[in-house]
Amino acid sequence: MRRFQSRLIDGSMSVVFAFVAVLTVILLLGIFLFLVFNAVRALQTIPLQDILLSANWNPVSYTKPVWGILALALGTLIIVLLSLLVAFPLGLLTAIYLSEIASVRSREILKPLIEMIAGVPSVVLGLLGLLFLAPILANIFQLSNGLNALTASMLVAIVTMPSIASLCEDSLSELPRGLRDASFALGAGRASTIIHVLLPAAKSGIAGAAMLGLGRAIGETMIVLMVAGNSLSVPRSLFDAVRPMTATIAIEIKEAVTGSMHWSALFVIGLILFLLTLGLNIIVDILVRRRIHT
Amino acid sequence: MKRHTPDRLFLNLCRLAAFLCVSILLAVLILLIIAGGSVITWSFLTQTWQHQAIESGGIAQAIVGSAIVGIGVVLLSFPLGLGTAIYLTEYSRENIPKRLIELAIRNLAGVPSVVIGLFGLAFFVHGLKFGSSLLAAIATLSIMTLPWIIAASVEALQSVPRKFRDSSFALGATRWQTIHRIVLPAGLQGCLTGAIISMARAMGETAPIIMVGATFYLTGFPHSLSDRFLALPYHTFILATQHAHPQAQSYAAGSALVLMMLTFLLSSVAIGIRYRIRTRKVW
Amino acid sequence: MHTPLLEAHDVKVWYGAFQALKGVTLPIQAHEITAFIGASGSGKSTFLRCFNRMVDRVPRAKAEGSILLNGEDVLGGETDVIALRRRVGMLFQNPVPFPKSIYENVAYGLRIQGMRNDRGIKLWRQRRSADDVEASEDALDQIVVKSLRDAALWDEVKHRLDASAYGLSGGQQQRLCIARAIAVKPEVLLLDEPCSELDPISTHHIEETLINLKSTYTIVIVTHNLPQARRIADATAFFHAGELVEHGSTKHLFESPQQKLTQDYVSGNFG
Repeated sequence: MRRFQSRLIDGSMSVVFAFVAVLTVILLLGIFLFLVFNAVRALQTIPLQDILLSANWNPVSYTKPVWGILALALGTLIIVLLSLLVAFPLGLLTAIYLSEIASVRSREILKPLIEMIAGVPSVVLGLLGLLFLAPILANIFQLSNGLNALTASMLVAIVTMPSIASLCEDSLSELPRGLRDASFALGAGRASTIIHVLLPAAKSGIAGAAMLGLGRAIGETMIVLMVAGNSLSVPRSLFDAVRPMTATIAIEIKEAVTGSMHWSALFVIGLILFLLTLGLNIIVDILVRRRIHT
Repeated sequence: MKRHTPDRLFLNLCRLAAFLCVSILLAVLILLIIAGGSVITWSFLTQTWQHQAIESGGIAQAIVGSAIVGIGVVLLSFPLGLGTAIYLTEYSRENIPKRLIELAIRNLAGVPSVVIGLFGLAFFVHGLKFGSSLLAAIATLSIMTLPWIIAASVEALQSVPRKFRDSSFALGATRWQTIHRIVLPAGLQGCLTGAIISMARAMGETAPIIMVGATFYLTGFPHSLSDRFLALPYHTFILATQHAHPQAQSYAAGSALVLMMLTFLLSSVAIGIRYRIRTRKVW
Repeated sequence: MHTPLLEAHDVKVWYGAFQALKGVTLPIQAHEITAFIGASGSGKSTFLRCFNRMVDRVPRAKAEGSILLNGEDVLGGETDVIALRRRVGMLFQNPVPFPKSIYENVAYGLRIQGMRNDRGIKLWRQRRSADDVEASEDALDQIVVKSLRDAALWDEVKHRLDASAYGLSGGQQQRLCIARAIAVKPEVLLLDEPCSELDPISTHHIEETLINLKSTYTIVIVTHNLPQARRIADATAFFHAGELVEHGSTKHLFESPQQKLTQDYVSGNFG
């Protein structure tokens, strides 16, 4: 009897767990479906090239609302590229330090510290940007205020850097010990070993880290909301104010009437962001056959 | 030793990078204290918010709101996340469903927070009619924490040596008996670490809660999960960008500082547990 | 020769495309110690794991053939694997005590079968002395005590039954695993190189324990240690490259083996 009981429980528990696990797949699909569902109105009414290729975004105009996201997309692009330009080298070099140069003691202390940077909420960084970074940059470059793409990018770099560093460090430390030994045995110095042997060996992991950072930067909202300047014109330089796609959604969704064309258009932007990060993630997947690592 | 100079240059560059990272962290903490330290008083922490005269009010409601959200998120996503992790480490084999689930988890983790907020707005607030509420916020943020908890739990459970499971099976235990008598007790601390860190990160998220229930105007404390609420990150945001009071930004920094201290506290607990696990060295 | 307790017929095992075992037929007599010897990769551990279906735990493993335990085929599709493992116990190479107290380690196999302490005994509330536990009439207590005695461990641990099992030495931990295995009263005990990580003195203790246990159990031991096989095994089977080369009484196998391969192995020409 007891054996039957424990067998019954065992069988039921495996069903329960399988069910729970499938929930994640359902969730992802559900998000996609809901985005599409809410975006479909705009997609059916507004011609796609008007959305993607026009630089005029004015959903609340009385006379003729326009839905061009080009300026917004360019805003995202500038910030993402600029922040990655800073965050990637910083993250990679830090990862190299952690993995190859630091003593065990230093690594024990440093790794959690870097993780803590990832724990700083982006609203806090945005605030500090407002209070300190923007005025400083305004001073240096003679601007009226420091609310522009440059300021925002620097802060987004801070947010992106820990995940890049973490993934690069994993990739490097997973390389077999023998690689380093073989290189040293041939008389190469530490730097040469790192640059010519280790980095190429870990290149797919490192590329994956860059993609991950890219995705993170694309999705950043609060920092750009607070310090990127909020301008709808096409950015022409680093010092222009921009309003990336994420900020647009956050700012306007509260004012858009539920179910209206404006609402739907914002969901279109959301859908684009979703597909972008999905695509990046698939590339990372191909590059890096990693275990679940977020 | 001319040949070694470029070597040393590179190594020093790496050291510099690491140093820069630490300085950034320190700078964040120090600047925050400078900007907001002065407003942190006991009354600031315990009073409710007064719009017109913000010097006399406090952020008690925001603290409570964030706490409720944090706890609610963990209560909702920890069982689901742990369950998924158990499925992945104990039940599934290397087949297509497993890779599909892992793919879904990784992609879920990469979805921008605004997009999750959009989904929360469409699904929880309007679809399920939760309205702008604590419940909607908890549900929405749980979507974000789920992948983090799963990742941490999988790591914790995988670190339980396979030989424990083998010994348990060899004694005639069923899979579920092995899981709840051997694997879970051994791996639980690691899973909890993941839950605590996820809670800290969820409490710091602003964008999703802007869209599903956080507010700046509230008298008293929320009475039920269907009420709107104040939260520290949103409070910080509004004070920093939209409040007319000349001192607003200092108070924003004060709220941010409290948020950071809470985050810091939680992270330290998690790191402490992790350290204890590592030095336990029992297996 | 009585009817053997276990009879393996033409057992084959594949790991994916690789065939680890190529048709082994072997009888195992009851209340004897049978040793499986052979070089690494010879298939002896794989064969051992067929007896309690632990081979199922290896991904992509497939087993064919039959192993009869008292007439029932262990490898059959309808076999209740859980019940089988309670009749055929196993010990592994490195001692694997659970992260629990010594008492709870031994009691584990019984608890999963639903056995509980009598209501008067609340293990987490009372600190019971060794004498209390010894004199106790609770069924679970009695089995724990007897198992620890039979494994020659009782005297060493009776004063710290509540302590973590990890406080024990390697040899003690392995004896704890023996106690844990015999607590469920199996018919057969399988041991996969149980002494390979132990020092000679602990090894000696374990060998003595096994010799004492064979009157109650049937023991099959995989070992790399040829002198050990000579010391304790009644029958020996020699494996090579997935095949059973020769088997018979230990004396005959070592002193007058019939196959050259066996001769080479037992005289240390390869290994």
